[in-house]
Parts: sequence; C-alpha cells; structure tokens
Amino acid sequence: MKHATIVNNQTIPVSEIPEISYDEFFELNAGFITESVETHCVNYFGYPAGEMTKLICCIADDLHHVIYVSSCRVNPTGDLPSLSVNLFCFEKFEREIHENFGIGFTGHPWLKPLRYAHNRKDKTQTIANYPFYTIQGEELHEVGVGPIHAGVIEPGHFRFICNGEQILHLEIQLGYQHRGIESLLLSRSKLSEQVQIAESIAGDSVAGHTLAFSSVWESLCGFNATEDIHFSRTLALELERIAVHTGDLGAACADVAYQLGSAVFGRLRTPIINFLQEWCGNRLGKGLIRPGNNTFPFTPDLSKRLTEVLHVFEYQFIEMNDELFSMPSALSRFERTGSVSLENMVSIGTVGMAARSSGLKRDIRSSHPHSLYGTLQHEPIVKRHGDVYSRLQLRKQEVPQSITYIRELMTSVPEYHPEPVPMGPLAPGSFAISLVEGWRGEICHCAVTGNDGKLLIYKVKDPSFHNWMALAMAVRNNEISDFPICNKSFNLSYCGHDL
Amino acid sequence: MLSVILILSAALFFTGVINRTKSILTGRKGPGVLQPVKDIIRLFKKGVVYSTTTSFIFQAAPTIYFSSVIMAMLVVPFGQSKGLISFQGDFIFFAYVLALGKFFSIISAMDTGSSFEGMGASREALYSMFAEPAFFILMGSMALLTGQTSFQEIFADLHLGSPISYALAMLAAFVVGMVMMIENSRMPIDDPKTHLELTMIHEVMILDNSGFDLGLILSAGLIKFAIYGALIVNLFIGMFPYEYTIPMFFAIQVMAAVITGGIESFMARFRMSHNAQFIFALTSVSLLIFFGVLMLLGKFI
Repeated sequence: MKHATIVNNQTIPVSEIPEISYDEFFELNAGFITESVETHCVNYFGYPAGEMTKLICCIADDLHHVIYVSSCRVNPTGDLPSLSVNLFCFEKFEREIHENFGIGFTGHPWLKPLRYAHNRKDKTQTIANYPFYTIQGEELHEVGVGPIHAGVIEPGHFRFICNGEQILHLEIQLGYQHRGIESLLLSRSKLSEQVQIAESIAGDSVAGHTLAFSSVWESLCGFNATEDIHFSRTLALELERIAVHTGDLGAACADVAYQLGSAVFGRLRTPIINFLQEWCGNRLGKGLIRPGNNTFPFTPDLSKRLTEVLHVFEYQFIEMNDELFSMPSALSRFERTGSVSLENMVSIGTVGMAARSSGLKRDIRSSHPHSLYGTLQHEPIVKRHGDVYSRLQLRKQEVPQSITYIRELMTSVPEYHPEPVPMGPLAPGSFAISLVEGWRGEICHCAVTGNDGKLLIYKVKDPSFHNWMALAMAVRNNEISDFPICNKSFNLSYCGHDL
Repeated sequence: MLSVILILSAALFFTGVINRTKSILTGRKGPGVLQPVKDIIRLFKKGVVYSTTTSFIFQAAPTIYFSSVIMAMLVVPFGQSKGLISFQGDFIFFAYVLALGKFFSIISAMDTGSSFEGMGASREALYSMFAEPAFFILMGSMALLTGQTSFQEIFADLHLGSPISYALAMLAAFVVGMVMMIENSRMPIDDPKTHLELTMIHEVMILDNSGFDLGLILSAGLIKFAIYGALIVNLFIGMFPYEYTIPMFFAIQVMAAVITGGIESFMARFRMSHNAQFIFALTSVSLLIFFGVLMLLGKFI
C-alpha cells in the first residue's frame, strides 16, 4: 500500500501513513485526481521533520466516503516536479509550501507568495512588491480596488485588466489579514485558549470551524461525543447556514439596488442569530461548541422558541423569495452573470456551495457525514448553470432544506448528559483529519502530534482557499459593474484564506 | 422670479421625500424629509481637503457646476411668469449651460487620476450624450407646434391647441421625467445609495470632493431635481391662474418624488450595458411626439 485509507474524523498513527518517494507520491496523487471527479484534494501541506520537510496529501473520495492520506519526505533546498502543471487544484497548495519552506516546483505556472506568513522562508517577499500579472495595450486599462474597500469589509486587493467596461482578467491578492492562526494554535497550551482561536478563524463560519477543531481534538483524544453534543453541533451548523444564506440574499439585493429585498432579508436574518444569542449568549454562536463538552444544553423551552421563530421565518422567507425571483429587473442582473463552467470548477477544485451551483456535487454532509448527518440522509441540491442566479437559487433552496432538518432533529431531542466524561491526553505521534460542511463549503482541519503528545502541526483549510480562484474565473468577460454582484454571490472569506 | 422661489422651495424637500418614500415602502424608520438639506448645511461649515495630484480644475469645478445649475434655473418659467432670463432659444441655453457644468465635473473627475473616477466620468459622458437627442427632439417638436422658441412662450401656447396637445404633454412629461432620472443619476440608470465604486456613475465622480465643495455639488443636485420637476409642471399648467397652479406645482413635485421613491424601492438597477438601449428608447418616444406634431400641423402625408 502506498497510502493510508481513513474515514472522516479518524485518527491514525503517523507511522501507518506510508512514506514513499516523491515520484511515487506524485504518481499516486495525480492518479487519484485524474481518475474521477468524485475525488478532490482536501489538504496538502508540509511540515519540518528534522533537516527534511515532510509532505502530507489528503485526497477525499466522495464515492467511497474515505480519505486517502499519503506522505513523502523531501529535501527543502531541492526542486520538485510540480503537480499543478496538469492539475490546477494543487496550485495554491504548492504556492503555500513554496512560501513556507522554499521548495521549488518546476513547471508551476507562477510561484507567487500566498499569504505572507510571518514564518515564511523568504522575508524579502513583501506585500508591497507583489508581482502582478500585466498586459500592455493602448485600449486596456487597469483598475485596482482595495485593499481598503468602500464597504465595511475585510482587506484584499483586486486588480482588474479591462477593455472599456469589459473585464479581461482579474487577479486577487490576499494576505492582508494574516494573523498566524496555525502558529497561534501551537503556541497556546490551554485548550480553552486554542478553541477561542479556532472560533475566530472566520467570523461567519464560527460553528463550522469550531466543529472541525473540536472533532480533530476529540478524535486525537479518543473521546466519543455523546448524542446530545452531536445534536447541538448539527443544529448550530444548520442555523449558521440559514442565517448567512439569508444575509447573502439581502446583500445581493442591495448590490442590484433592490431596496425591498435588502431590507426584508436583512431583517429576516436577525431572528435566527438572535435565537443563537438566546441559546448561547452570542449571536454568532461563539462559545457554543467546545471539545468534549455540551456547554449549552438544548432545553425544551429553546425547542419551543425555535419552532416559533422558524414558523414565522419560513413563511416570510418564501414570500420574499417569490417576490425577488419573479422580478424581471432583478433577474436580468442575476441571469448569465458571472458564469463558471463545470470544467473550470473541477479543475480549480472548487468546493461547497459554489461547486454545487455549477453542477459539481460536493457536499461533506452526504459524502463524509459527521455529527448527526448520517441519520438525516442529506441529499445535496445541485444547480447547473454556475451563474449568479444559480448561486442565489441554491441559497433560496438550501434554507428550507436546513429548516426541514432542524424540524426533523427537534422531533427527538437527545437527553442531556450533565457529567462530562473527561477527555484523555492527545494520542502521541498521530494524524487526525476532520471535514465539516460549513455554509460556504468544506472546512478541513488536520493535526499531527509529536511523540511527546503535543501538537506538531495544525493545518486549517477554509473553503475560500480554493474558491477565490472561481471568482476570478467568474468575472472574466463580464462587465466591471457586475463585479460586486459576482463577488457577493460567492461571499468568500478573506481571513479564512489568510488565516 | 416666481419660478426661482418655487424651484428653490421644492428643492428643499424633493430628495427628502424620495428617501422618506423609500424608507416607508421598505418598512424602515428612515430620516426626516429635511435631512438632505441638513447634511448640506453641515458640509458648508466644513473645510475642503484637496488631493495633491489634482490641479486648479478640481478646485474650480464644483463652483462652476453649481453656478451652471443656478443659471439653468433662471431660464425656467412658471406659467405666465417668465423666468428671470428669457429670450428666443433659451431652451438651447438651458441644455448647454447644464452641459457646461457637467463637462467641468467630468474633467475634474479625470483630474484626480483615480481609475474609478475616470470610469464614472466616461459613463456619465456617454449617458448624457445619449439623452441629449431625446431632449432636443422633444423641445424642437414643441417649438414647431407652437411656433415659438423660448420656454415661456412655448409652454404658454401649448394649451391653446386641441386636446391632443395634452396627450403630447403626457408623453413629453414621460420623456422629461426620464431625462430627470438620467441627469440626476437615479434609478434605474444609477443607484445613488450604493457603496460599490465599480457600479456607480455620478457618485464615483465626486468621491474626492469634500466639505464645502461637496456641499455645492449636492445642493446643485437638489436644485436640478426641482428644475426638471418644474419643467414637467409647465407642460400642464398653461395659463391657469396662480391659485390653481402653485398648489399644482407642489402636488406634481411631490408626486414625482414619490414615484421616484417607489421605483427605487421596487426595482433593481439596470445592467450597465442595458442603460444605453434604455436611454435610446427615450429618443424614440421623442420622435413619436415629433410625428404627432407633424400630423397635428398637417405636414405629414
């Protein structure tokens, strides 16, 4: 065997991941990706192992519900053949490895810095001298947007090359938000501090990231979460999905200057996040999910409240959607705007909601079920056209689906176990991976522990990591004035990418 | 003189009424009707910050823009009362003095060297250019119908004709109303509420203006709205006595503001590439008026 085969949230000793030569590693992983569209790379990272650098690649197989983990040990000063030559989905991962360890990848299209990590290899690369792609031409002009934006949003720079109103090329330069999340997680020794850092990876995916962190942690400790813990987590994840999707529909209305939609969807998001506050004291769900513990049990009172909230919400949500999606002026802005083909989505390795809008069925809830999704029998909603309209339609349909799941879950609220079973120490010399379907898509957390039972490396991958490239593809040949609505239809995270 | 007083007083509440309508229709509390004026007063008390990359054009442009709008206001009549300035062919003066102001606001936007403002300037220039034939074919038809060439005489004579001239006035009100939307950068051509530079037209051109200069530009905007409202009113009031026409003036102004607010609440903005088609379609409505006039005068066939 050249690789280890594990399932979601499983821990294996690092020694059980076969260490193969880079050539074999290259062949193996290229083979996985080219064989079928049901496999995609969920994480590919390196960490120092003595003088050498160890590379670990995790490929998820959605058809067989397993993850293939392979590893190799390479010399950081040498050059390696690049996987990105034919398989574009490895492009960002290789850039990251190059930035952190200085490993060259021959044949890689352009090894630009990715996020300017504080512990990067080449400190002469700074955000001020980022190498932009340029085209020379009399009739072309460049438009630079950001890093400071007009709205109250995160920093990121967009460089457009336009011919009049038409966008020929968009380059997205990120890294302004880099906080060093992965090193911070290693530097803290208290679990309570670490989980707070994990919660702050992306403010709009609190439940998603905390759930992934908790699953990795519990898996490493060999802790089996009780039914009531799984229940709270599943519920929180679906509430987050409803809240963010509703807010995004409102923001999309604001971008096409549809006042009514903007006002109504904005208001509809509030009862959902207010319910989260009633439940756990924070509107974004911070503090709700903790490893090995059910901090805020779901009481019958809360169940009654949520039923009421959803009853009012669902009716108004559907009514507003009927209004929006039957309005010609709005539809003319959404339809055939920012299309990304299925081929491009597959080649980029796009995940989650954006992938499903282009007909690529990638949903961890059905392919690698965690928490209570196994019992819910989730069937992903898939759209075909990959334009703004598809992405909004997907949101419109995923929200009622989530409401159905919540109602189904609430028919049998599991009994609360007040006495938490103490978690053991982290298993030494182990590797754990957790995949979670946040509202934006697949969140992947990986951890490797050293022989002393301490974290050696913690790797976070937000869905935005892949999906930013999909946005750059989406706006090509569109009008520059349609960029905001394309951007909003993806609603990607800056800090999730920058970490 | 009367028209100047009426236009200035309508300018005080016009934008406020639009905003109020929008907030009521979308279920929000919203600011008071006088809020836009209060904002301008606040801006007038402030100093101005100039970017180091700009030249004297950028500093002069807001004043020129403001005075061009004031000049245009002076030629607008009200029923029997002439504007402060009135002469043969004053409607041509009206259109081009506004164009002069616009020209300066466009070159001042280019002067900042910002990539956004250049984009906004080119959009504004394009749409104004498309709107021009609609306005001139309309006014030319009116001049042909009445045989007069000044605003006041055209409007006064308009209602001495057959009832069909009222039908033409309705069409003309539509054209002037839409030109008003284009010239003031309102929906569905432009979205004045957006914060997204890439989709703006007029707002993006004044991104670098601040303080007193911004106050001038915004107050010119308020007056411009009321001027076009006054033109629509003029199409209908003819030689009625003042006790009817003055209330009618305010009623039509408020109605225009409420309709604008309604459009902005219940409609999405056009895709930028559809704007040009839409504005051209206005010209065809003007042509319809032109052929109507030719038929009325028996010059057709």
